Amino acid sequence: MIVRIMGEGQVKLADSHFSELNKLDDELLAEMESGDEEGFRRTLAALLDAVRQLGTPLPDDALEPSELILPAADASLDEVRQMLSDDGLIPG
Amino acid sequence: MSGVMKRMGMIFRAKANKALDRAEDPRETLDYSYQKQLELLQKVRRGVADVATSRKRLELQLNQLQQQSSKLEDQGRKALALGREDLAREALSRRSALQQQVTDLETQHTTLQGEEEKLTLAAQRLQAKVDAFRTKKETIKATYTAAQAQTRIGEAFSGISEEMGDVGLAIQRAEDKTAQLQARAGAIDELLASGALDDPTGMAKDDLTAELDRISGGTDVELELQRMKAELAGGSPQQAIEGGTGQAQSQQHPQDTPRFDKQ
Repeated sequence: MIVRIMGEGQVKLADSHFSELNKLDDELLAEMESGDEEGFRRTLAALLDAVRQLGTPLPDDALEPSELILPAADASLDEVRQMLSDDGLIPG
Repeated sequence: MSGVMKRMGMIFRAKANKALDRAEDPRETLDYSYQKQLELLQKVRRGVADVATSRKRLELQLNQLQQQSSKLEDQGRKALALGREDLAREALSRRSALQQQVTDLETQHTTLQGEEEKLTLAAQRLQAKVDAFRTKKETIKATYTAAQAQTRIGEAFSGISEEMGDVGLAIQRAEDKTAQLQARAGAIDELLASGALDDPTGMAKDDLTAELDRISGGTDVELELQRMKAELAGGSPQQAIEGGTGQAQSQQHPQDTPRFDKQ
């Protein structure tokens, strides 16, 4: 599957990693909803590290959509919350 | 219940599909989208240039602050040599306030450098994708009828529109950061221009320099003389200064000067 890290580009990961990423992803959502900024930072960093380690970068000229999209490392909890709202931050 | 990554993926895809659905003839959409991509590329390049400008401005200010800082250090040393510990203390406390500013600006400088690097790479990625899209677009337009093109266009679109969403957001963030820093840089420029950094009392005149100039007017020469006497005597300058504080005997009567009467 293809994962995008916002502000960094896309990486390709074996589907076998999906379950562990999913676990972290659910944690991240819970921390976001409870407003646990510290936990959110920690989990986001762990997710990003995992994706960077397990994945291989896609070439710049690839036109494939990503299945999963991760916020940038320095994205704040509020920013991510806004992106997930219906008419989020994402331009276009 | 899906997590953050999944939801973000869905939101991005939904946005791409919305753009496609609005199209009457999908092949026109290709051209329209390509125009939008070129505009965004322009915007990213402008963004990189803006960040670079801000960075250079910060570097200039840092240099100025460093200069002020070493000037204050010199003044402190001079004041101490003149036996004015109060002035030296004042100079050094101003210097430490300046150092705070310097540290703060250095942090901002690092932030801007990081931002500049990220945007430069984003511009490269987008450029590569836009080129790939253009190739694909021409192929689709030449090879397929409008009806057939539909799926192909969808494929070309989803990747590029995701990239555009990402880059568009990166640009927004960089603009926000730059604007914040610009405002602060403006404030520091004003401070530097008004001399208030030299003089926290807010008076435009640099009182410290004025005071030092006043008291050292004759004393520089005195100090220098003491030093020379000490060197000649082969003793330590310290002794000479201590022993040389006697008043110069300048109370000579004019009558004492030899007179050459012309007869």
